[in-house]
This record gives sequence, structure tokens and C-alpha cells, in this order.
Amino acid sequence: MFVKSRPLSRRRLLRGMLNGGAVAVGLPVLDCFLNGNGTAFASTKTPLPTRFGTWFWGLGMNKHAFIPKITGADFDLPEEIASLKDIKHHLNLFTRFSIPTDGNPNLCHYSGWVALRCGATPSGRSDLPGESLDLPIARAIGGGTPFRMLNFAATGNPRDSYSFHGANATNPPEISAVEVYRKLFGTGFADPNAGEFAPDPATMVRKSVLSGVLEESKDLSKHLGAGDRERLDRHFTAVRELEGRLALQLEKPPPAPACRIPPEIPEEIPSGLDVRFVEQRHQAMTDLLVMALACNQTKVFNMLYSNSASSLTREGLANVHHNITHEELIDDELGIQVESSRFLREAFQAFAYFVAALASQPEGDGNLLDRMLVYAHSDNESAKTHELQGTPMFTVGNAGGLLKTGLHIDGGGDVATRLGYTVQRLMGLSIGEWGAGSLRTSKVISEILA
Amino acid sequence: MHCAGKWVAAWFGLLAGIVLLMVSGARPMAADLMPEPDNPGGEASLRLLSQSQYANTIGAIFGAQVIPNVRFAPVPRAGGLIAVGARAAVMTVGALEPLESAARAVAGAVVSEANRDLLIPCGPAAGQSRDDTCARAFLAPVGRLLFRRTLTAAELDGAVRLAGTAATDAGDFYSGLSAALSYLLVSPRFLYIEETAEPDPASPGRWRLDGPSKASRLSFFLWDAAPDRALLDSAESGLLHTPGGLRQELQRMLTSPRIEQGVRAFFDDMLVAEGFDLLAKDPVIYPAFTSKVVMQAREQLLRTIVEHLLNRHGDYRDLFVTRRTFMTRDLAAVYRVPVHAGPNEWVVHEFAEAGRRAGLLTLVGFLARYSHPGRTSPTNRGRGLRETLLCQHVPDPPPNVSFELFENATAERRTARQRLDEHNTNPICAGCHRLTDPLGLVFERFDGAGQFRLMENGAPIDPSGEVNRVPVRDAIDLGHRLREDPALTSCLVSRTYSYATGREIEPADRPLLRYLEARFEADGYRFPELLYTIAMSRAFDRLRAPAALVAMEETHVR
Repeated sequence: MFVKSRPLSRRRLLRGMLNGGAVAVGLPVLDCFLNGNGTAFASTKTPLPTRFGTWFWGLGMNKHAFIPKITGADFDLPEEIASLKDIKHHLNLFTRFSIPTDGNPNLCHYSGWVALRCGATPSGRSDLPGESLDLPIARAIGGGTPFRMLNFAATGNPRDSYSFHGANATNPPEISAVEVYRKLFGTGFADPNAGEFAPDPATMVRKSVLSGVLEESKDLSKHLGAGDRERLDRHFTAVRELEGRLALQLEKPPPAPACRIPPEIPEEIPSGLDVRFVEQRHQAMTDLLVMALACNQTKVFNMLYSNSASSLTREGLANVHHNITHEELIDDELGIQVESSRFLREAFQAFAYFVAALASQPEGDGNLLDRMLVYAHSDNESAKTHELQGTPMFTVGNAGGLLKTGLHIDGGGDVATRLGYTVQRLMGLSIGEWGAGSLRTSKVISEILA
Repeated sequence: MHCAGKWVAAWFGLLAGIVLLMVSGARPMAADLMPEPDNPGGEASLRLLSQSQYANTIGAIFGAQVIPNVRFAPVPRAGGLIAVGARAAVMTVGALEPLESAARAVAGAVVSEANRDLLIPCGPAAGQSRDDTCARAFLAPVGRLLFRRTLTAAELDGAVRLAGTAATDAGDFYSGLSAALSYLLVSPRFLYIEETAEPDPASPGRWRLDGPSKASRLSFFLWDAAPDRALLDSAESGLLHTPGGLRQELQRMLTSPRIEQGVRAFFDDMLVAEGFDLLAKDPVIYPAFTSKVVMQAREQLLRTIVEHLLNRHGDYRDLFVTRRTFMTRDLAAVYRVPVHAGPNEWVVHEFAEAGRRAGLLTLVGFLARYSHPGRTSPTNRGRGLRETLLCQHVPDPPPNVSFELFENATAERRTARQRLDEHNTNPICAGCHRLTDPLGLVFERFDGAGQFRLMENGAPIDPSGEVNRVPVRDAIDLGHRLREDPALTSCLVSRTYSYATGREIEPADRPLLRYLEARFEADGYRFPELLYTIAMSRAFDRLRAPAALVAMEETHVR
């Protein structure tokens, strides 16, 4: 509808559509933005960003203490997110975007994150209607590293993962920093900066074992139903991916000057959901993730600080955060739930640590965030009422110079999937639209495009 | 570890006698009153092996010293059971990684110098790193136990070839054997329990599990592990499809000490035991409730169940009134009872006759499991009871509902009952809270850690409630009422059948369930008899026609 008689430049399109305003205007990332092979943006020749991650926290926010009064640049930081002061310039904040459920129930602490991850609201608690957006992104950009994707749950709960292929296929998270260390930097890790490289014979054997398993895929049981055949296909896909990882480990890794093998994690952080232990796990996992990225171990990750109906608690409290959001009275003077807000402030402190850790890791002339995009969100706006409209979201990083940062975008009630769509387009996915029903969108959030 | 010698021997003898009675037909047969109704069966399934099935199978084949420390990715529940969810579980690379590591760990341990003489029936010919004959002698029987059927010639040849190639490359026979064993252990043939249908000669036009598939269904049902050699022999010879052959195997399996791990696995699944994984209490409010207590609370539940249902061959309903349980020193600190036990020692404990506790629901494993970190939750307790033990669904709360009144103890609302009354008078809340709270409030004399108390915030606690609109005085009285509630036993029957067959209950199963319930009643609600009845039923191995065949027939008709 835009292109009539003469070629459309990106700048002209942006200027025309935005008209200098700060409102969210739908703008597709048209193919004219991309170079011929889709690996760089046409105007800048900038390679597409090669790293993507998500960051999740549960139970939304207290809007009176969270939503900045100012939109656009130089937005204020109300007390609940005051801890973001030093990293504000690395992120964008998105408020007042909506998640219509189209007649599906608002499944408390479920519908929101499902919609933001896969673009559709679920019909029931066992429903995950699609795959989470990290998966197509990982398929697009995750190759060439041993781990196509890494998942972390600072809660230590193996069930806390919002990365999924569908209802019966969730990608399990790492729940122990000690195990993460062993996985990333233990046996099989080849230092990219080591002078010598010799393939590990044990890795060759492992690879040949998996190749043997893959041979079986030619002999799938003929009598299996379609669903079970598909499940076995998925199994062999997983085997193939693991085999590919081993194949990479048999090659000399490309140099990664900033890679430093981190010190081994001496002991397990105590289990449990006391916020102290969760913060410790989150920090340890963040530190390992940063070095995993610097050492080219992965390009895609999911980090979960707290689960959707957060079970975090603290010593001396009779209840968990989730229950507190429902049972704590709103302070008349402050207009917020004080104890609940304290948990959220701690979550944003953890978020600030996470962003600062990525920003402080040098890479090339800059830092890790220069070629990264992190999509962060919660499961609802107000946990007390399970309000989905206005579920808070962030982006972090400038995605290889494609994104502006330091902005507060007021969605004005537009659908929240616009951000997920924007993120996927920026990661190079050639999708014309994303989402289902009212959540279907083909409009990027243009204000954040550089 | 769990098979403490003395009580294993005790119940072994008791159970052997009971099962002999069952198989000899001397017991009262409810089937005489009510024949087994026809059941269409379900579709053949492809179930992902569970973590405990994996460990039990490896332990049975190679010994406990070889069981690896592996954590399987969680599988979503379906129909209330992980065993049913396993038929839809999909593998991801993150879920596969630990299984590949575990395979290497098992294989490495089996061929280690410490174990090879015991576990490998031969050694390589002198001076040879590759010895296909010896590799075959090891891989054929082990592969049969892992794949739960005799390997095809191509499968065995492939494994032997892999062993030979890897041995040649490494210059070591055992390295090659380790690679081949790893291959078997990461094969989907091992990791998925694949059921195969065959025409049922006794019912033309109908389908049933083939022998090895039936052996697997039986073994995972009763032992939570793959079939052993004897069961596979029976399956592959066709004996398992005969009533006599099946009886014989059931007698052997039900009197084996391995039945305990099967019963534990079932109740772990039914009672949603993964809820213990992250259970923690506030150390300031409940200092006695340590992480060790969490593990022991789960173990106490299972020991109590095994003791009652297997060792003492008790009536299932009496689990809810029994005063007999097991105790450790750490648990005793929570129960505040004297106990003479060494560190980590379990001893039998009997609650006082006129005491405060009796039955499974007054154990810490239930009371603390369904509470908050620092206080009780009558709603969670009521919901936990209804959903896990009565198979009743309690809806989620509506999204926009305030619980503020429950939080703040005031002079007028010092106890949970007083605070929850506010909800029950609110029509939005009352619908669901009437399902949960009258049950859950009965446990209010046990705090969030399951410790007995008489007062809350200085006010006396009223432990009365109701079940099925009948008033109950307290938790012990509730146990007695539940004992008489048909929902208690019908829930167990339906869960057990669903667990055995790995599928959700369908409307077409109702007549069969009524039959099983009648048999269960006639058998005095003895759990081993229920296992036997299900395993002996025609429905146990009945299958619908394979989907591919149905599709082919439909095409043909068109």
C-alpha cells in the first residue's frame, strides 16, 4: 500500500509515518530495510544482530510506582524501577500495551506470558498454542555455536521455563550454577584462545554413537500414528542437534579475544525460593551466561528470574510473593502494596545487574549489548487483579545499531504482540505478521527503530 | 535402600499367601456377581520412560552401583498423572542432553575394571581390541532387556559393528563395548516404551498388545521397571497371553520385593510428589522444618502407604485412619513426639489412641505440602485433598478477586476460619471455596509445617468442618468420614487403571471402572488385589485397531 511509483527509502518512510511524534505507529519492517540476502540492513550495511535473549520476572508491577510519567526519551524512573538508573540508556520500556484474550479465559499468571511468547492466548492451562519466539530466532541465528540456546531458571525449579515447542515440549532450564559451569566450561569445552587444538577422541565416539541413533530414523515404526511419528521426528531432531554440537567441538573454535574461562563455581547455592538464594543463583547464572556469550558458546538464551506466579519468599514472611499480591492491603498513602513492591524492586535490581553485566563485557570496540537484543517481560500488569492490559515489557541492547534505546513507549492500548513481532523482524525473520486473533499484528514499533 | 530386610520378609510371606489365594480362585470372586464388561481399550502408545523407570531398569540389569545421577526434564501431567502425560511428551535437545550423559556414565561404569568381570560374560580374545563374538554375547541379552524385546538382526549387527569400530579406534575392547552400550541407552527404542498391536485370536476383529508390549505394560505397572528375562521369555513364548501363564507371572511379580518400588512409583505419581521438590518453610517461623524434614516427610508418606497396603495387607480406606507410621529424629521434632532412633534411622511409630493424629492426612507430608511457607492454607489443603485423593476438579479462582481480608488478622478475624468466612459470604468466592474450605479448615489445628496447635493469634481454633454436607468434628473424624466415601476408592481405582494403561479415562471406560470398583470392594479394598484384577482383566491389553489400519480400511471403502 505504500509503494506506488518510486522506490521507498527507509528514512522517508520513517519520517512520513512518525511525523516527529512519539506515538506508536504501525510500521512493517519491509524488505526494503534488508539487503538482498537478509543478513544486513540495507541502509547501514550493519550485520544483523547475532544474539538474542529473554528475561522474565513474575507478577508485573505496581503501576503507581512503576509507570514513568514521561514518555519518549529522558523518562523518569518511579521508585519501583529506580534501580534501573545506571542502565536506563541500554533499554526501552513499554507500557500500556494490551493482551486481548478473544474469549479465552484469563488464566491467572498463564495467559499473559504465553501470549507474549507465542502470540496467542491459551484456551486452558495445558494449552500452549504455538512455539515461543525464541525458537524461530534460535533457528535463524543460533547456528555455529555449541549450544543453539541456553535456558536458565534462577528459581532452581526445572518446571520454570517459558521456552516451548508446544504443550508437551518445553525446553528445560538449567537450575544449578554448578551444573551450568560444567556444561559450558567443563569437559568438552575448547578454549577459543588456546594455541593448540586437538579433537577429543571421546567426542568423536559420542558423535558416532549419535550417528548410529540417527540411522534408526530411517526405520521408524510403520504402525505408529501420525502424532507419535511426529514425536519421534522431534526426538531425532534433538539427536541431530546434539550431534551437530559435538561436530562443532571437533573443530578448532574461532578466536574470541574477550573469552575468559570463569572460575569454577565452588558449591551449590542452597535450594529454595528465599529471595536471597534466587538472587545468588541469578547472579551466578548471569555471570556464566555473559562469559558463555563472550566465548561463543551460544547466541540465544532465556533467563528467568522468578516464575509467573512468583513463589519467592523471604525469611520471616509467612507467605510467598504471589499470595502477598492478593492479600496485602494497598497502602493508602503510597497507593501500592508495600511488601509486594519490595519483591518487585528486588527483581528490577536483579534486572539491572543482568543488564550491567552484559554491558560491562567488552567486545570489539564496544560491549556485548551492541549486537544483542533482549526481550524482557512479566506475566501481567497488576498481579492483584491479574490485569493483562499493560503487562510491562522491556528491550535491552541496540541490536547492532538497529534500535534506539533509552525510550519509554506508551502503547496506548495497542496489542503487546507488536513488540514480539518487532523483535523477530529485527532478528531477521521474514514473517509478514505474528500472532493469532486480535493479537495478530504486522506492525513493528517504529519509534524504537534507529 | 527402601527394602529393609525385616519388613520385606514379613510382607513377602503374607503377600505370597494372599496371592496364592487369589490365583487359586479360593477368594470370593466379585466377577461371579459381575462379569467384566467389554472395553474398547485405547490406542497403542509411545510413552517416554520416566526417571524412576530409567533408574529402576538400570539398577535391575546392572546393579544399583551403576545407576547414574540423572535428572529428567519434567513431563506435564495428563488426567492427573505423569504416567499418562508421558504418552505425549516430546523430546527436546535440553531434555536429551542429560540422557546422553547418563548413557555414557552407565556404559562407563559397566565396563569399568571394577564391574566388567561381573557384568560382561566374556573378555576379548588375547591381543585383540575388537572381538565381535564377545561383544555380541554381551549386547544381545543386554539389548533385549533394554529394548524389552529381542533385538532384530540388523539392530544387533549395528551395535556389534559400532563396538568393533570404536574398539579399533581406541585400541581397547571395553571402550568399544561402552560406545555400543551408550548407543542402546540413547536409542528411542530404549527411551520410549513403544506398544505394538496384534490381532487378538480370542476375539476376531479385535486387537491386543503383542507379547513383549504386554510384558512391558505389566512390568512398568507393577515394578516401575522394564521386564526381566523371565517375563520376556513368557511374553515371547506366547505364555503370557494365556490365563495360566499370566497368573503365574503375576504371582511372581506381586510377591517379588520389587512390587514395593512399583507401589511407591504409583503413589508418588498420584500424590503429585513433585510438589515436595521445592517445598520449604520459613526458618524463622518453623525452625524445625528443615530441608531434611522435607525429604523425610515425603518418605514418611510412602513408607506409611507401603507398610499399610503391602506389608500389612490393609484395607486402603484404613490409610486414612491408621495411627501407624514411621518416624525419624528430625520428623519427631516437628511432630513433637519422643522417638528412640539413631541419626537417619526410621522406626515404627504409633500415634496415641486418643491422640491428635490418625491417617495419612494428618501427616506432615500432606499438611505442610499444602500450606504456605509461614502459615496454613485451608483452601490449598481442601483442594489438594479433593484433586489428588478424590479425583475432583476444583476450578481456578476468577482473575479479578481480592483476598485482602484473608491477610490481616484483626481482633474480629484472628483465625483462618474467621477470615475465610469473609470469602464464603462473597458469592464470587463462595462457589469454589465451599468445595475446599470446609474440608481444609478441619486441619487448622496443624500449622503450616504440620505441627499441632490449639490457638491461632491467641484465639482457640475450631477444627470442625464438613464433607459431603455432613459435619465433621476434626481431622481424625474427617478421616473416618472419608473412609466411607465411595469417591475415595473410586478415585484410587480410576487412577490405578489409568496408570496401568497409560491413558486418560474415557466415558467408555465407566462400565469397566464400575466392575473394578466392585471387585475392589469384594476384595476388602486390598491394593495388591486391585493390581491383580487390573492386570488380569481383558481390558488390560485390549487395544483399538491401529490408526494406520483404520485409515487404510477407510481408504479402501471409499
